[in-house]
Amino acid sequence: MNVTELHRKLIAAARAGAPDDRVPYAFEKRIMALIPAIPRTNSAALWVRGLWQAALSCAAVALLCGAWSFFSPASNSSDDLSQNLETTLLASVDQSDQAQ
Amino acid sequence: MERSEAELIAAVLQGDAASFEPLVQKYSPRVFATARRYARRESEVEDIAQEVWLKAFEKLKSFRGEAPFEHWLMRMTVRTCYDFLRGHQRNRESSFSDLTESESDWLQKFVTAPENASDMADAAKLLVGRVLEKLSPSARLVITLLEIEDRSVKEIAEITGWSVPLVKVRAFRARAEMRKIISKMGKDQYL
Repeated sequence: MNVTELHRKLIAAARAGAPDDRVPYAFEKRIMALIPAIPRTNSAALWVRGLWQAALSCAAVALLCGAWSFFSPASNSSDDLSQNLETTLLASVDQSDQAQ
Repeated sequence: MERSEAELIAAVLQGDAASFEPLVQKYSPRVFATARRYARRESEVEDIAQEVWLKAFEKLKSFRGEAPFEHWLMRMTVRTCYDFLRGHQRNRESSFSDLTESESDWLQKFVTAPENASDMADAAKLLVGRVLEKLSPSARLVITLLEIEDRSVKEIAEITGWSVPLVKVRAFRARAEMRKIISKMGKDQYL
């Protein structure tokens, strides 16, 4: 079978038959009825909504942290922590003093 | 007085959605004709046309008016059809064993005397539909635009958003894919 010739004939057949351009009755009415359902994209509204969501998330995290620090059992570790921080920061100064 | 296309588009963009209706009326025949090249069932054709118009309404802001509205709309239509093909890749693996009698007769006629097998015959049109259905989405799109609608490579690149070299590569592959499917059709029928 001559595949090239069959290819040519089939393409010629496809070209010969232009597709039907008939439109269903009242199609434009259907489209117009669907259009109000499309949410109009308003970039300012999207930004405002995004910022509100971010602000609420931050407030929630801050509240949780506050509640955690308020309700967690008190310990003396905070003194140790500040002492340790001071020692670490001043370690180089102490070393240079000892060397002199 | 009848408003111009540019006036209608401007009115829609200013919030007068009703001005969109004359555009739908005017261009729906072209949208439907294009959709019927890629979808066989009428319900699918209507779904494609509906999607095209809803997208056109949503994205009308991006229409700059540099090219005619019809070109912009047809680009959107072809892209929607391509998405449809990618989402409905059925029947691609099936064989050609279920050809109708008229299709088999036409093929038989072609094998015995190719010059007697008219390309105007309905059976030939049905056969090419079957072959196109078995092509991959990109191959079908390229064959339809390049060989059936006789568009240039540059036009296809503009419509599809592909580069010119990519269209050429896909056209080469699409022709090879189609020849492979046609020879498979011959084998399924005669072996």
